[in-house]
Amino acid sequence: MSSQTFSLLSPVSGTVLRLEADAGQTVADDDVVAIVESMKMEIPVEAERAGALLEWRVKEGDAVEEGAVIAVLRLA
Amino acid sequence: MKTVLVANRGAVASRVIRALRKLGLRSVAVYSQADAELPYVAEADVAVALGAGGARDTYLNQDALLQAALAQQCDGVHPGYGFLSENAGFARRVEEAGLVFIGPSPRWIALLGDKIQARDYLAPFGMPMLPSSTELHSVDDLRAAVAQLGLPVLLKPSGGGGGIGMSPIHREDEIESAWTRSASVTAKAFGNGGLYVEKLAARPRHIEFQILADRFGNVRCLFERDCSVQRRRQKVVEESPAGRLPADAVKALVARLEDIFARIGYDVIGTVEMLYDDEMGFSFLEVNTRLQVEHAVTEEVTGVDLVAAQILLAGGARLDAVLADAVQQQGHAIEARIYAEDPVRFYPSCGTLQRYRLPQMPGVRIEAAYREGNQVTPLYDPMLAKIIVHADDRPTAIARLQAALAQTCIEGVKTNIPFVLATLAHDDFLAHRHYTNKH
Repeated sequence: MSSQTFSLLSPVSGTVLRLEADAGQTVADDDVVAIVESMKMEIPVEAERAGALLEWRVKEGDAVEEGAVIAVLRLA
Repeated sequence: MKTVLVANRGAVASRVIRALRKLGLRSVAVYSQADAELPYVAEADVAVALGAGGARDTYLNQDALLQAALAQQCDGVHPGYGFLSENAGFARRVEEAGLVFIGPSPRWIALLGDKIQARDYLAPFGMPMLPSSTELHSVDDLRAAVAQLGLPVLLKPSGGGGGIGMSPIHREDEIESAWTRSASVTAKAFGNGGLYVEKLAARPRHIEFQILADRFGNVRCLFERDCSVQRRRQKVVEESPAGRLPADAVKALVARLEDIFARIGYDVIGTVEMLYDDEMGFSFLEVNTRLQVEHAVTEEVTGVDLVAAQILLAGGARLDAVLADAVQQQGHAIEARIYAEDPVRFYPSCGTLQRYRLPQMPGVRIEAAYREGNQVTPLYDPMLAKIIVHADDRPTAIARLQAALAQTCIEGVKTNIPFVLATLAHDDFLAHRHYTNKH
């Protein structure tokens, strides 16, 4: 198992609307793992690579800046 | 009316305040903490703070808005567009508080706000309709409807807007996934899960018609706008006249809409959104029971101040006292909506407006939401400004809009200006053969 981790960043400033995966879960490349709401739009946050979701760094309702770390994943 | 609460923000709040001032009425603005420095707050005669928070805590907070209106001795409320402009419950509360709601009667907002109800209600009056199903309750209902209508079809929520929850179905094997997707999105977004399907036009154009009406059964239709240029189902470029439409069909529809809306007794202001397809002609999409964002293109070609007319008609003026006998379309107007967003992915872009320079040129009208130094926050919609041009003909109007955009300098957030410029230079737009993708 790889020990390399990577961060999932918010593509926009906004509010975390929904977390769509659980910590510990494995996600595939391009899976939508969270939704950030900004300016009345729901922006999907996709896993850029497949991996295991180690830890959420935000919870639903949190305000996030563009580029903020949303979650930490371990490369599959 | 003497004093009007403007229950909105940004460019439309400025626009309404300007109309109120022209009519000699006092304006009361409301603002959230994030919007305190926006121009409209200073433009109003009085401004009332709504506190911190997003839309729900501020511009959608009915109690706070009514309290502000009563505290400032307002006798009218203008909802603008978006927020509470199509909320029948709010309109009723405004009226029950003894104030004028500057929009259609609440019963029209309630009845026409639901697309299925609106279609069922208007069809017997002769509104042209696309072939469609009744309300669907299961994927089996959807299969039966598809068998009857034939593919392609569009699965839509009955209570929605902005394209949320819509799924096009082109093949049999897409039925199941389309149902699952639309049903779940609709339930989350609108609470009620009502869905229906309609026939999908091959090359649809979004053409809408401006309605003004008094409270005595008189109705005028101030012609059409073409709003076919959209991104993520939000309008970006709008124009009037629409052009490349059979003139007799437009004239006949204007007369038919005036007749239908007079017979039902519709009042104050509204827009009838229609789909136009060369083969199927016009068919009904929905009624927006409010002022539209793109009202300015109609104002430019007709010379009618729609916002002032809306205020006067809501206050009980007769249509013939508000409008000249013969209103004509003169020249060509185009509006571009400038959004704070990435021009490629259309993601919102927030930040401080380090530069916000909008052009001052003849034939160019600016509806600004911000001023230099303001913050663009993720709390509200992404519209930064509207640029509206008016010229003798469409090619001159396009050139004028390109020149205006070239002189527009906005820094600190990304904008969709490159997307608008690419649209204006696109062969299909120039040749006037553009369509609304997957309406």
